[in-house]
Amino acid sequence: MLEVNKETFEAEVLQAKGAVAVDWWSPQCEPCKELMPEVEVMAGKYGSTIKFCKVNVIENRRLALGNKVLGLPTFLFFKDGQKVAELAGPEACTPEAIEAELKKLA
Amino acid sequence: MADLQNQHPTVMEPYDLIIVGGGPAGMTAAIYGARAKMRTLLIEKAKHGGQAATTEEVENWPGSGKTTGPELMKQFREHTEHLGVEMIKEDVARVDLKGEIKVIETRKGNRYEGRAVILSPGAHPRTLGVKGEGPLRGKGVSYCATCDADFFTELDVVVVGSGDAAVEESLYLTKFCESVTMIVLHPEGTMDANKASQERAYANPKIKYVWQSAIEEIKGDGIVESVVLKHLGTGDLTEMPTNGVFVFIGTVPNTEFLKDTGLALDSRGYMLADSETMATNLDGVFAAGDARQKWLRQIVTAASDGAIAACAAEKYLAEEEHLRHEVLEPKEPVLAVFWSPASKESLDVLGWAEQANTAAGGTFKLARIDLYKSARLAQRYGVTQVPSVLLFMNGEVVDRLEGNFDDFTHWITEKTVTAAK
Repeated sequence: MLEVNKETFEAEVLQAKGAVAVDWWSPQCEPCKELMPEVEVMAGKYGSTIKFCKVNVIENRRLALGNKVLGLPTFLFFKDGQKVAELAGPEACTPEAIEAELKKLA
Repeated sequence: MADLQNQHPTVMEPYDLIIVGGGPAGMTAAIYGARAKMRTLLIEKAKHGGQAATTEEVENWPGSGKTTGPELMKQFREHTEHLGVEMIKEDVARVDLKGEIKVIETRKGNRYEGRAVILSPGAHPRTLGVKGEGPLRGKGVSYCATCDADFFTELDVVVVGSGDAAVEESLYLTKFCESVTMIVLHPEGTMDANKASQERAYANPKIKYVWQSAIEEIKGDGIVESVVLKHLGTGDLTEMPTNGVFVFIGTVPNTEFLKDTGLALDSRGYMLADSETMATNLDGVFAAGDARQKWLRQIVTAASDGAIAACAAEKYLAEEEHLRHEVLEPKEPVLAVFWSPASKESLDVLGWAEQANTAAGGTFKLARIDLYKSARLAQRYGVTQVPSVLLFMNGEVVDRLEGNFDDFTHWITEKTVTAAK
């Protein structure tokens, strides 16, 4: 997974052609850390058609707020720089729900 | 080669003990299970530690002074792993708990079998159920301060609730937020939290209060912008601008998967268990932790439940083993004498049974069952008094004698003749 930040988000996500999944997380967020290994597995499975990025919100709070990310974990899904889907909060961000969005995106 | 079995859990012998849920209750049960040399499997669907793993400040776990939930749960987990407990990360979908062998099926489609089960599935935060809450979840509405506090640095938030969790998490939020306003149902000065926490809250200048009020609606276009508060005395509605809403109004037990399994739940879904032994209404199934109907839900009481449940499970397995070995599996007919040290008559019956059996050439195997030590067994076979004598053939009760033992010797002789045929 590609670690992106406030400097690289524009180029890596918004300017990227095709599908991008962004995992918003923080070291304080236990559900986020718990989800990470499963997301890594999905990155391996769908990596050829979808670009996987993660953003540590602690270091990129303004970027998170700019994307209306106000709770963790949050997953945003982009196609050609446009946000097409979103999962916000630990109840919404189940591995099953994430994979379902990836399938739609791939 | 020696590990071959471990690679194929589905073809293995049933586990002695399967624990569903890896919070403080489940991990403590696993520690006790492993130390009692039970082959123990712990199933956890997400992060070990349960709700405690998302609680920032923990100050009432004896011996740890001031610690954090994640740190304490990491220690629990290391301790559990160190004792050799098998741990798997799977989500339980379906259970069959009624039989002698309990079956647990996971969403991945795996099937695990155990002779005893401890259910410690925990609980999750209760939602307010007001307009705007669902759409703004993760957009300023949060149930986890440690997860989301950072977003609200130098912003204003409200906290709903006045219990221990609400007060503790409000104190944590003050480290980030400009102001934390607690919305409390009760009249001024009354909160549900313990006194020590309340005093810390009152002493904190960043915490403000709206008394005797409830949230009627959460408003915002994409993100939280305000809450509508209703005063419970006057019914007046007021709108208050805020950046975030943190909800700590109790929990809902994670017992959805236990509905219609025969396990007794109360009307709110909490598991019902004997508070002495954690035994549920199903033989060999025990309940522990926050999902059990109980008076105090804390890490320390969850751990206590887990320890009791594991010891009760161990006793259950020993009794079952004893029953199988002494009563159900022998090829010869078994004369089971239920006795009690307090009943002289039952001691006499034990003696007569021995003499009559010797006289008859040892047709029967004698099994002595202490009624009070084996109350559950007695109940299973409908034995309510001592002495009682049950005759088992191939694991089934074929005859019984209760109450009047005047003709006991004659009865035994008759049975000897029948058994010989």
